[in-house]
This record gives sequence, C-alpha cells and structure tokens, in this order.
Amino acid sequence: MTDRATPPMKALYQQLILDHYRNPRNRGELEEDGSTVEIHVRNPTCGDEIRLQLRVEEDRIQDIKFLGDGCSISQAAVSMMTTILKGKELDEAFGVTRRFTGMMHGDEEAARDPALGNLRSLAGVSRFPVRVKCALLGFEALQEAMKKSRSREEG
Amino acid sequence: MASPATHPPTDSPALAGSQSLGPRPGGSGPELDVEAIRADFPILHQEVNGRPLVYLDNAATSQKPAVVVEAIEGFYRRDNANVHRGLHELSRRSTERYEGARGVVASWLGVEDPGEVIWTRGATEAINLVARSWGDSHLREGDEILLTDLEHHSNLVPWQMLAARTGARLRYLELDDEGELILDDLPRILEGGRVRIAAISQVSNALGTLNPVAEIARQVKAHGGLVLVDGAQGAAHAPVRIPDLGIDFYAFSGHKMCGPTGVGVLWARRELLEAMEPFQGGGDMIDEVHRDHSTWAQLPYKFEAGTPNISGAIGLAEAIRYLNAVGAERILAHEQRLVRRTMKALEAMPGIRLFGPGDPAHRAGVVSFTMEGTHPHDIATILDSEGVAIRAGHHCAQLVMKRYGVAATARASFYLYNTEAEVDRLVESLGTVREIFG
Repeated sequence: MTDRATPPMKALYQQLILDHYRNPRNRGELEEDGSTVEIHVRNPTCGDEIRLQLRVEEDRIQDIKFLGDGCSISQAAVSMMTTILKGKELDEAFGVTRRFTGMMHGDEEAARDPALGNLRSLAGVSRFPVRVKCALLGFEALQEAMKKSRSREEG
Repeated sequence: MASPATHPPTDSPALAGSQSLGPRPGGSGPELDVEAIRADFPILHQEVNGRPLVYLDNAATSQKPAVVVEAIEGFYRRDNANVHRGLHELSRRSTERYEGARGVVASWLGVEDPGEVIWTRGATEAINLVARSWGDSHLREGDEILLTDLEHHSNLVPWQMLAARTGARLRYLELDDEGELILDDLPRILEGGRVRIAAISQVSNALGTLNPVAEIARQVKAHGGLVLVDGAQGAAHAPVRIPDLGIDFYAFSGHKMCGPTGVGVLWARRELLEAMEPFQGGGDMIDEVHRDHSTWAQLPYKFEAGTPNISGAIGLAEAIRYLNAVGAERILAHEQRLVRRTMKALEAMPGIRLFGPGDPAHRAGVVSFTMEGTHPHDIATILDSEGVAIRAGHHCAQLVMKRYGVAATARASFYLYNTEAEVDRLVESLGTVREIFG
C-alpha cells in the first residue's frame, strides 16, 4: 500500500477494508412489510450511525440492507457483516456476532474461524481499543434487530 | 513562577516577562521563546508510537507546566487542611493559599472584588449555576434566551433545560459560511425587548472563531438583557479583561489554561450574585442553620457548598501566574502564526476542506478540517500512529457540524508550547493518511 504507514496501520487499513468502505455492499433500503425489522444505532461520542434493516422469514435472514455514515472501520464492518449474514439462520447470526465480538476482544482462535469470512480482515482493530466500538456498531444493530424480530414472532 | 531550583530565571519564559497581574503594556511584544517554554512542560518530552509526541489537542485540554504540578504537590506535602474552619496552623495556611488564589483570579480578570469570584468545577458548572440560580427566579414564559449556533453543548444544554423549566424561548445568532456570527440579525432579535440573557462563547472550540463579545454585549445590554460569556476557550487563548468586555457573567475552566481539571470559575457582578439564590446547599455556604430553615453566608461562600477543590484553586492560580508572565497577547499571536502555517499547508493539499474564518487573525489556535474520502476518525488514528495527537468528532458542538453539513471534523489545536516543526509533523502525517486512503 504505502511506504510511510507503520506496520500496525498497514494491518488496520487493509485493502479489503478500504474496498468495503469505498464500495459498501448491501447499502440501501428494503421495502418494508411485515417481515422487515429496522434498528437505528449511533455512537454518541463520535457521531457514527447505522440504520440496519433485516427481512426475517422462518427464522432466517432473507435479506439485509444498511444505510450509514461513519469511519472506514464502522462502515466496512457492517458492509462485510451483511455479505456474510444474508441467508443465515438467526442462531447462526448470533454465533457470528459472538465470534466477531470475541475477535475484537483479542480472541485469536475466533480470528481464525472461517465462519467470519472477510470479517477476519478486521482482526487488527482489536489492537486499537478506541476503535473496537466502531467495528461493533453494526453488530450492535444486528443483535437488536434480531431480538426485535424474535420477540415479534413470539408476540 | 517557575521554581528557581529547577528553572533558573534566565531559562524561564515565565520569568522573562512582567510579573504583574495587570494589563501588559506594549501590545504583543516579542515572539515567544518556545523552546524555553517547552522545557517547563515535562509531559511533552516523551515518545508516542516511536515518535516524539506532538500534542495538538489543546482545545480539549492543555498540558501543565511543572510549576503547576509542583504547586499542587507542595500543597499536599506541606499545607493540606480544610479551609475556613480549623483554628490550627495548617488550616490557616490552606485558607490563605486558597483565598490568595481567588485574589489572583480577580486581579487577572481585572476586577477589584474577590467576592465576585466563585470557584466551580469548571465552566460547565459555572454556566449551570447561572441558569439555575439566576434563571429559575428571573425568567418566565415569553422571555427569551439568546444563544449562538457556535456554542459548545455546555453553553446550550443548561439553557435548554432552563427554557423547559420556565417556558422561556431560545433564540439563536447564526453563522456565516466562514464560521463568524452574523451580527446583522442582532438588532432584529433584540428589538422585541424580550431577550433577558445572552450566553455567548468568547472563542469557538470547534472553529477557533474569536467572537466580538464586547460588541454583542453592548447591544444586548442596551436592550436591557444580561450577558454571560463562556470563556472556556477564551480564558486560555485570548486576553481577558472583564471591564473591557462589559458583561455580567464570565465562566471558565482551569484545565484548558495550564491548570488542573476539576476547577473553574464563575465571575459575576456582586449585585447579581447578592440577588441570586444558592446553587447547592451544604457546609460552608450557610450563616445560621435552624430546623426549618437556614440563612446564607456572604459572597462568595454562598455559592461554594462543601469542601472546595483547594489544591485545584491553588494550581489554577499558579497557571494564571505562569500564563500572565508569558502574556496572553503573545500567546495568541504565536497561536495565530501556527494557524497561518497550518492553513497554508492544508490549502495546498487536494481534497482538504477548512472550516472557520479564512483570516487567521480572526481565530485562536484551532484548525478544523475534513479530507475527502477519509473519515476524521481514521485521520486521528493514523496521526496517532505517528505520535500526533488531534481530536476527531463533533467537538461537543453539534450545531456547528449541522451548519456545515458534516458529522465530524478533524481538529488540530495549538498552545504556547507548540512549534512550527510540529505543524510540519502534522502535515507530514496527513501525507500518510493520503497514501493509505488514496
């Protein structure tokens, strides 16, 4: 990438992350109907925000889209998250969330889990405690959206 | 002053200038001896991520000269006791130093009555004190509070809460494209005669704008309103003489001006303070206590419930002595030289957007900017990896961000100990950002 950046910066800002930041996947809005849930989260200290929509049918994420504004880490993480979760059952999605959260807190085994796919490129973020919450913002929205979807099913 | 044991007079910028606390004659004087000043700040001499630290987050908080750290330490080592109560030697000393610090503040502000100087936790508490103790008993439905879009949340939220309690209405002075207040709207806002108080920052923390507070105060007071100036940035970065400002309340924090955190000041005119109810109840603020009521102590103690931040007051007084010896005008001129150098370099970089006044003479040492295609947080992380500390975010000034259509900016803010070489380090590291993000 560059001659000037330090090794931790090269590990943090990998091409894959910058690509998702510049060309986010699944960015947009779902047409709302009875099977969509929507959650809006923001990080009040930095202003990063994500609006996440899921279409859940038979306990499976049939479709997922987001709109957001924020740093490369928060926006790349949510973009990668959507590519991995589309078509997954909610239980699997909760599992990915737990693994990713573990990776952000330095769990090296989680960082090798193939279930995380591209998200593994964000492993370097765990070395920057102030940026971990950026990477987790999309998953925070996901968890709330899935809980909302489940409680609606049960209700 | 610098302790002679550690800083011989010839090396100390604090001793190079006038020791008087009065106004400094002769304008801005010679340029600062920044290397000598840097020798007074132990924290600056360290490496961060393998590079010498470049601290450019002074609008968030400033670093402390050794004399301030030593004053606080010396108080705890030799003089610590509670104030205003003990009949013993240490309490006498502690009280003397605490009240002496109040006198230093009064003299530095250019006011004669130390009873008008109220110690608070900081500018935020000082503003909340006024909003509560003055606002609750003086405002009613239909009255107006004049604010500006430039304010830090600490000078917005207390007034919003006051408006919600009293039914008063909030009015705003707006910003032009360069981050300066549009004063042309002021006569129209004031002609209704309903503005009871205007609360305005002296210097914008987000953009650095030096606001014409004396002119605003003149107009507001001509229409019968009171004026509070939020000096959180102003006290640190601009000369302050209360009589020249023609205002009623002045709030500032110690930590942004080389003093410790957790201490600040409210200055207010005596007759206003006399007519105000206490802010908090407790020890030290009472005269007599009965089962069903109490009477209040004299000023300034009526507004100082509980054991105060004694060491904080002593530390702040030491910071004021230090800054005063260097000279506020010289510090501001130095900051403006650094701002000019920064703006010139950033203007030459493609994709950079600068916020705030185009003329460095209209700002204190703040440069807010964005870089196309790169979020301010990413800029801050990459700069930090090279030892350069800046702030990224909304700077507790969300109205400013909204005005310019951004969620956040990157902000470099300077103080007396920053150098031109540090500006160059900032620019160099922005080159790394550009290389990573393309």
